[in-house]
Amino acid sequence: MSSVMIVRGLGGGALIGLAAAIVLLVHGRVAGVSGILGHTLDRGEARDRGEARRFRLGFLAGLLVTGAIAAAFAPGAFGGAVRGLPAIAVAGVLVGLGTTLGNGCTSGHGVCGLSRASPRSIVAVLTFMTTAAITVALIGPRW
Amino acid sequence: MKTFAIAALAGALFAIGLVVGGMTIPAKITAFLDVRGAWDPSLAFVMAGAIAVHAPLRAMIRRRARPLLADRFHDPSARAIDLRLVGGAALFGIGWGISGYCPGPALVSLGSAASGAVVFVATMIGGIALARRFAPG
Repeated sequence: MSSVMIVRGLGGGALIGLAAAIVLLVHGRVAGVSGILGHTLDRGEARDRGEARRFRLGFLAGLLVTGAIAAAFAPGAFGGAVRGLPAIAVAGVLVGLGTTLGNGCTSGHGVCGLSRASPRSIVAVLTFMTTAAITVALIGPRW
Repeated sequence: MKTFAIAALAGALFAIGLVVGGMTIPAKITAFLDVRGAWDPSLAFVMAGAIAVHAPLRAMIRRRARPLLADRFHDPSARAIDLRLVGGAALFGIGWGISGYCPGPALVSLGSAASGAVVFVATMIGGIALARRFAPG
């Protein structure tokens, strides 16, 4: 555990917390990526041209474009898959399904929900942390 | 236009935070989850930093009557703690433990050459569609 890792972790986290605060202050919403993505994909909501849709598309654009720029300048900041692609494909389905049913992910429940001590989020975070840790305990951190 | 631009700025900051914190390296996530193995605490620091900043800001912001651009605060679901919540979180955790990806980092990683990210996002969209179709709730 190096001091660089600690500073980067706390600093990166602080940026995330700040970004979520901007979303709350300006747009009045929880910065939950799974929900933002899910609502964007919803065909019924695709017809909405209003404020909600502009918020979601803007946020997603920010994520995607910044990621692409970061990848161009700092490719080492992105890691490769820890399993074969078939397993990753299954994982994607589970995450899409699970975050939709559970109404949140690490940003929605983890950062925003825990910040307001939401009982639902506390339960969600404890649950997904537990099943994630059990999964890694059973199949290892990488193949 | 302001709405889109400020949301994009927030998304950009969010993405930078994820990258700086090492969250776009799946191996660091699974190493964090590998509690018995070579443990990587990065995610704990990211989460701690995020909550330490967000919680007090949130408290201040919520004293306002309304947000700056949206017409009202959109509060999360007021549902009870039910099987849908716990079951969903459980499934999410399994997928997260398998891949080391959750939605945010995966989307941010799409621009890199990481094949895992592309596959993950594609099937994640499928999983979202499945949930909305068969378990609309």
